[in-house]
Amino acid sequence: MDFSQTHFELFGLPATYALDRERLDAAYRELQNTVHPDRFAAQPEAEQRLAMQWATRVNEAYQALKHPVNRGVYLLSLQGIDALHAGNTRMAPAFLMQQMAWREAIDEARAQRRTEALDALTDDLRATHRRIEQELATLLDGARDYAAATEAVRQLRFMDKLIAEVDDAYEELET
Amino acid sequence: MALLQIAEPGMSSAPHQHRLAVGIDLGTTNSLVATVRSGIAVVLDDEAGRSLLPSVVRYHADGGVDVGHAAQSAQNRDPHNTIVSAKRFMGRGLADIEDVSSLPYRFIDAPGMVQLKTAAGVRSPVEVSAEILRTLRQRAEAALGGELVGAVITVPAYFDDAQRQATKDAAQLAGLNVLRLLNEPTAAAIAYGLDNAAEGVYAVYDFGGGTFDISILRLSKGVFEVLATHGDSALGGDDFDQRVFCWILEQGRFAPLSANDARLLLTKARDAKEALTEHTEVRVTAVLSTGEMMDATLTQAEFNKMTAGLVNKTLVPTRKAVRDAGLSADEVKGVVMVGGSTRMPCIRQAVADFFRQTPLTNLDPDKVVTLGAAMQADVLAGNRAGDDWLLLDVIPLSLGLETMGGLTEKVIPRNTTIPTARAQEFTTFKDGQTAMSVHVLQGERELAADCRSLARFELRGIPPMVAGAARIRVTFQVDADGLLSVSAREQSTGVEASVQVKPSYGLGDDEITRMLKDAFTHARDDMYARALTEQIVEAQGLIAATRAALAQDGVLLNAAETAAVEAGVASLEALLGGSDHHALKRGIEALNAATTEFAQRRMDRNVRRAMAGQKLENFG
Repeated sequence: MDFSQTHFELFGLPATYALDRERLDAAYRELQNTVHPDRFAAQPEAEQRLAMQWATRVNEAYQALKHPVNRGVYLLSLQGIDALHAGNTRMAPAFLMQQMAWREAIDEARAQRRTEALDALTDDLRATHRRIEQELATLLDGARDYAAATEAVRQLRFMDKLIAEVDDAYEELET
Repeated sequence: MALLQIAEPGMSSAPHQHRLAVGIDLGTTNSLVATVRSGIAVVLDDEAGRSLLPSVVRYHADGGVDVGHAAQSAQNRDPHNTIVSAKRFMGRGLADIEDVSSLPYRFIDAPGMVQLKTAAGVRSPVEVSAEILRTLRQRAEAALGGELVGAVITVPAYFDDAQRQATKDAAQLAGLNVLRLLNEPTAAAIAYGLDNAAEGVYAVYDFGGGTFDISILRLSKGVFEVLATHGDSALGGDDFDQRVFCWILEQGRFAPLSANDARLLLTKARDAKEALTEHTEVRVTAVLSTGEMMDATLTQAEFNKMTAGLVNKTLVPTRKAVRDAGLSADEVKGVVMVGGSTRMPCIRQAVADFFRQTPLTNLDPDKVVTLGAAMQADVLAGNRAGDDWLLLDVIPLSLGLETMGGLTEKVIPRNTTIPTARAQEFTTFKDGQTAMSVHVLQGERELAADCRSLARFELRGIPPMVAGAARIRVTFQVDADGLLSVSAREQSTGVEASVQVKPSYGLGDDEITRMLKDAFTHARDDMYARALTEQIVEAQGLIAATRAALAQDGVLLNAAETAAVEAGVASLEALLGGSDHHALKRGIEALNAATTEFAQRRMDRNVRRAMAGQKLENFG
């Protein structure tokens, strides 16, 4: 196993934020078909162990490239940047204001037990998520503005957290 | 004289031989075994033509054991010594079992897992399960006419690490080589999906006697990818029986019940529930040992009312699974119903309402899991080319560590595809701290006390440093069975500690050895003969596999390397005639070590080939 290979190289994909998801999925399936422990269950122990290591590596790489936040973090880490470093708290004030507005909206929907309000919020949050993803592609693949890209990745992570909070609110209202 | 065997390029040169492998559904209420014969999965019946083996074990004072129907028919007469639904106690402490007071057993609150006092002595749920598995192994070996190379054993998808480990221990105790622990809904998806050439997103709603699972899978080009799974490992048909039992008590107004009468009424409750599947009402009558009597009618409407809360309890995890999969209910193309409890009309209606479609009930809900497990066992045993289908399963519950203040830090989130590994770094919080205790947890709750404790271990010998200077890397590895192992390493000095997550809820190796000895004494089987046979089979397999690899990929080694591997094969082969299973074990380990590099080169080459094929497809 060659650990110096990047996740992109492993799947034979260009190292860009814009992603051909079908190609990633096809390469992932092909690799797992080759290395998965189920292919080696009748083989000697050494091969079973190796299969587990390989399949673990392929799963890790797939998770890193599949999710929008993880892919951004990974691309930045290839540039030597730790996007999620705890000391890094810079965030545009406008985005923070918007965050607070969304949080209040979630609390309100929760208090009033209105799932329609949560549905509308979900649409809104997902749209913003997609917009930031597009920005990130421009920043990483085109402008190579890593400082701005770092902030966009952190914004995306905020969005993920908000979407998870909406999911929790749904759960609360349903039970 | 042996004929020459000519191998096709790219084919193994080992002679084709059908390896006997089975799938086993170790259920709360019933267990089954199936195998693939001439390409078709079939359930294996007992000599009386019955496929379901009641998961009931009765212990006699003389050490004798009844399993299945014989035990079941004695459960009202001998409730203390007749264990039903032992699966509910696997990997569970006394505090985890909700209805202890209404069960007729004499529980012992042992550390880790509860134990049961029987006429034959104290028994662990693992030993009870092992009796069931042993009976099925013997049934299969009699039917197939040979020893099994291995078995796929199914477990509820929502089983945690302790419950999975307990199941694997039971199989080991029953003399089974576990090819894989397979999640029940995933097994059902294989059987259903392959039968119907299904493509798209499916839900498997698996409601058994004691457990509930919901899995959402994407079926695409032979890949079964579990997107999310959820469930309740302490919710099943038994709980519906319990509700009817309470209703019977209300109707009968009996004096406090003896264990025998309680068991009798529970059986009546279950019969009533089953009758209501076909009929709109059922008459329930009973005569107790005290002479007290009852005679009352239960309607389906009343039954539905008293169990509505239970039905709803299955919909909460169902919603969560759909959401975790990032989907909505109407994006699910079909809902496969599995498990005996899905026969209840109220369940079918609730599922139909939730997914807004008629659930798929054309499969035998008792058999589909076993059949899927048998198909997977056939692949894992190496009887098929192997590229027919691939399973990508997930862990059902997050794995984490206890941090300062009794909080849980998640290391691997739920629904992560396995096998997987994740590392997390921690540091010391006191100056000169030389040890750190690692507490491994499973669950979604924020407080460590609310999660299941899987193991505790200590990393010692950290050189004294100022607080925050040590860098301790804790690595979690989850294998394809969904079982966890954890290791910790201090980065600057390389001090290491690791644990196979077993001790606190599973059984220790000593305990397994003790149980194996017990089991063999009663089975009049020779433990050492069995150990030797196992090692011989493994050694032969390893020799054959190594020779096949040399014939196929010998070019990957230079002359000296080839000679070293061949020497390893020769020395292991020389040990085959002996009777020392320890020596054989060492020989196997030596050959495994000698072929590690070879195995790596073959794997690297295979990966390159696979990716080259990908590129051609992409550009083609």
